Formats: sequence, structure tokens, C-alpha cells
Amino acid sequence: MARIFAYITHKGGVPDDSAAEFLAAAKMIDPAAPPTAIVTGFGADLDAVSKTLQDTYGEIWKISHEALAYPNAELVRKALLAILPSASIVLLSHSHFGVDLAPGLSVKLKAAAASDVVAIEGLDGKFLKVVRQEFGGLMSAHVRCDLSTGAVISLRPGAFKPVDAAPARGTVVDKSSEIGALSARRRYLETVIAEVGDVDISKEAVLVGIGRGIQEEGNVAIAQELADALGGAVSCSRPVVDAKWLPRSRQVGSSGQTVKPKVYLACGISGSFQHLAGIKGSPFMVAINKNPKAPIFQVADAGIVADILEFLPELTTKIRETVKVK
Amino acid sequence: MEILVCVKRVPDTSENEIELNRAGNDIERDDLVYSVNEWDNYAVEEALQIVEKYGGDVTVVTVGGEDDEEILRRQMAMGAKKSVLLSDAAFEGSDGAGIATLLSAFVRKNHYDLILTGVQAEDGAAQVGGMLAAMLDYPFASLVTSIEVLNGKLKVSREIEGGNKEMNEIDLPCVLSIQTGINEPRYVGMRGIRQVASLEIPALDASVLAVDPASVGKSAAKVQRMDYFVPALGKGAEILGGSREEVIDKVIELVKAKGGLK
Repeated sequence: MARIFAYITHKGGVPDDSAAEFLAAAKMIDPAAPPTAIVTGFGADLDAVSKTLQDTYGEIWKISHEALAYPNAELVRKALLAILPSASIVLLSHSHFGVDLAPGLSVKLKAAAASDVVAIEGLDGKFLKVVRQEFGGLMSAHVRCDLSTGAVISLRPGAFKPVDAAPARGTVVDKSSEIGALSARRRYLETVIAEVGDVDISKEAVLVGIGRGIQEEGNVAIAQELADALGGAVSCSRPVVDAKWLPRSRQVGSSGQTVKPKVYLACGISGSFQHLAGIKGSPFMVAINKNPKAPIFQVADAGIVADILEFLPELTTKIRETVKVK
Repeated sequence: MEILVCVKRVPDTSENEIELNRAGNDIERDDLVYSVNEWDNYAVEEALQIVEKYGGDVTVVTVGGEDDEEILRRQMAMGAKKSVLLSDAAFEGSDGAGIATLLSAFVRKNHYDLILTGVQAEDGAAQVGGMLAAMLDYPFASLVTSIEVLNGKLKVSREIEGGNKEMNEIDLPCVLSIQTGINEPRYVGMRGIRQVASLEIPALDASVLAVDPASVGKSAAKVQRMDYFVPALGKGAEILGGSREEVIDKVIELVKAKGGLK
């Protein structure tokens, strides 16, 4: 069995949550092969993250280099290629960084590449059986991955529940001297922080979330009227922002805002994992969607199969009456 | 600037209900409406905007068969000057690495300053752009949300967490994977489609591309989809039934109980 490695990203000296998820995933590949953590970076942050990982990983390979202080996938790939044994299995996160790193790394390692994996079903000889999703989560697929020449497997953040790890007291191995010179043809300049919009949806207790089902810009008002009646605000999923019907500051999801309302009305939203990743604090979720098979119905508390363009105005009218009566 | 955009024909999720077929090994493909992958359409629009400003031509390429010509024509009606179909029985069943191998063979025979793909396909894995870049040894950036052309390089923004943007400088030639929302793709009318309906689209096979048939296709695919199934995510919502009025009353009652309406 090949050796399993987990490439762990970190920020401010703290490992990403995926560090614990990789341990769970590695166990599903081979319970007898505890994974080795790999961390890259520079200075005190790298030392801090290495130290933290000693509690849960048996071995931590660390690469310290000034050019790696900000994670640049091109440079990280060069560093990993210098230290990874042949036929390694590399786990990483299907984050914006993983999407940058994984495909090219698999090519250079001549390894199989499975991305955005949501479950691992186990080994069958040289094949690893994993689960992926397609069509925005409407369909799942079993995917067979040939491990003979190794594999680069990116895992969907949050898909693997961390397991209780035995205390590890891991060893830190400094691999910095093995990587050679680093130069990149893509250079990081700066991070531009998102602008705060007219409404801070992250602080609203009631959100009327709209998706593709709103169909056109003129219909956004229907959702706004409902939000007004409820004393809440309108938020949305990605397609509404892509169509420029609402500003990006209203987008809920992994590439938008994280919200924690008490009540969330998902209107014409199919329920992609990117969208759901932005909803925290287990709000009471009501889903309204024409398509009874929309994934949102699987995660919502209450569901209504209806066309939002008809349903929302009727709901608004009734809420206004209810409020008036009181 | 010579720009190549890699596109894919996919089942259109806004026009179809994606369902399991009777055998349970594929999606139901009878009467499916296909269209160009949404991300790829943004990539073509971005390429067109760049050549409109800086000159050059846009070429669109896909791997597939005769059925895939329709999306190449559509992208030509949008403004792409050339299109190419990479087509051979030996290409069938290719995984992401197989597709990238074919595209890299095509790029090696032609010169492009910039290569664009969509971030991912509806039925894909967000891999081909990054793999193609590695095979060509070009720099790569994924999740690109803006492109500014500088001298011999580009300034691009990438979408990262929380709506923040990561700004990068990247040398040409390079490969970028384009995120939705980067622009507003132009409308393609029936008239435009008619104008390109009879254009000959060159089809290149393994021998023209000088690709070893054994290096692509199903036999070379290290990653293979075995089946589709309908995911079970959670316990599922309680579907509110009854008349419209009853449903509305029930929603209001629930929302009130959960503190959403005082």
C-alpha cells in the first residue's frame, strides 16, 4: 500500500479544519496507513502549525521557504514534487487553493486525479472507489480511481466528519533543504477584501434567499416585498449575482457571505453545496421550489413544491394581514 | 492576441430535469437538451472582449463527435473566428487527463498566447485547465474573475473565500480557468446561428494530432465513472401539503414559532 500524505493549508499559524477531515478520509482508504502531514510556509506561522499538528499526526513534513509564505500553487507543486515518494496518495482540500494545485500536481506525478470527493467507499485491489457529485449536486457518481501510480485526491471541505484521533505526539521532519530554488511565472500581488454592501446579510435574523428560480431581474421585488413583510432582508445564490440582479454582497455561499439567520427561506434555490456552505447556525429552513427533486429539499426543515413567482406574493399578502390583525 | 477557448457540450440543467435512467448506470439521455457548458460560455465572451480591444482571433476547440459541432457553431455565431473538433473513436472514455493530453497535442501544433477553459463543467471535475497547463508547462490560474492585459503578462483576479479577491500577475502564454459572472455573455440569435450553419469545421484525429491512441481514451483513463445515483443528503424536509391557503398558514405558523415573525 502506498503512503498517504495530507497537504494542509493554514492561516495565522492555525491549520485549516480540513486537517482533521483528512485523518478521517485516510482511515477510509487504509486504516493501517496513518497519513503524513505536509505543511509549507515560512517563519513563526509554520512552526506554530507544525506544533499543533503534532497532536494528531504521527509525522509532519515541513517545508520552510520565504517564497512559500503566501501559498502559490506553482511553487508548492515544485516543492511537493521534490519530496513526494513515487506512487504517493496525496489528499488535499477542494478549496480555491486545491483547484489551483491538484490538477497540475497529478500530471507531474503521473498520478490519478479525483476531485471534489464527498465520500470514500474503500479499496478494491488497486482501485479506490469514491463518490463525487455532478450537475450541481443533482446526481452523485461512483468513481473508480486506479492507484497504481499514486493519486491526488481533493476532498470537499466539510464532507468528511472528523473522527476522534488518538493523541499522536508526532515528529516534525524538516524537508526544507530538499526543494532547491523556487521561482514562479505567476506572482501573488495582494488580496482585495470584499466591499460591504448596503445591507449586511450576515447580521440578519430572517433571510429571503433567491436563486435561479427568480428568473428575471424584475422579479427580485417579489422577494423584497416578502422580506419587508417579515422584517428581514433579501439574499441570493450565485446565479443571481452572475446575472447582476443583486450585488455580490448579497450572495450566500463559500465564495460569498457566511450567514447565520434564525429563519431562512430558500426560494427557487436548488441547494448547491457551495451555497449551503455559507449557511451556519442551523437556521429553520423553508425551501420553496418547483422541482420536487431539488437537493434543497433534502436539507430544509419544511418544503413547498411551488412556483415562487406565484407563491411568494400570496405569502406576502397573508403575512401583511397577519401583522395588521395584531 | 491569439486565444484558444476549450469548450464542452453538456446537458443543460436549466432545460432538463436530470434523472437516473432505468438501468441506473447513467442519467436519462433520451430527449435531453444540450448546450455549451455555462462556464465555457463566459470564457468565450471574455476572449472575444480581449481580442476586440487588443486584436487577434478567438478559436474554440472541443473533444467529441459530430453532435458536438452545434456548440462550436454557436460559439462562432457569438464571434469566435475558428473552431476545431478533436474527434476519434480512440478518444472516447477519456478522463480529465486524457482530454488535457488531446488539447495539449493540439496546442503544440499551433500557437496561442492565452488559453481559457471554464472553471468546471456541469458533468466535470474542474481539472482540465490545470492539467493542460502542467502538460504544456505554462503557468495557470483557476477561478479567474477579471483579466487585465499588460505587456507580455496579465493581471488577473481569482475568487477566494468570503467574496474576497486574490490579485496575481501571470506571464504569457498561460492557461486560465474562468469563473461565471466575469462578464455578461452576449446574446446569440437565430440569425447568427444560420450564418455559420454551413461552415466546415475541421475534425482532427489521433494521427493528425500525433497522439498515441493508447495514451488517451477509456483504456488509459485512471479515473472512471462507474454509475450515477441520486444522493441522499439529509433526513429531508417535511413537504407541506394541502390547499395553497393551508400551506401558507402552515408556513406562517412555523416561521412565527422559529422567531422569524413577531
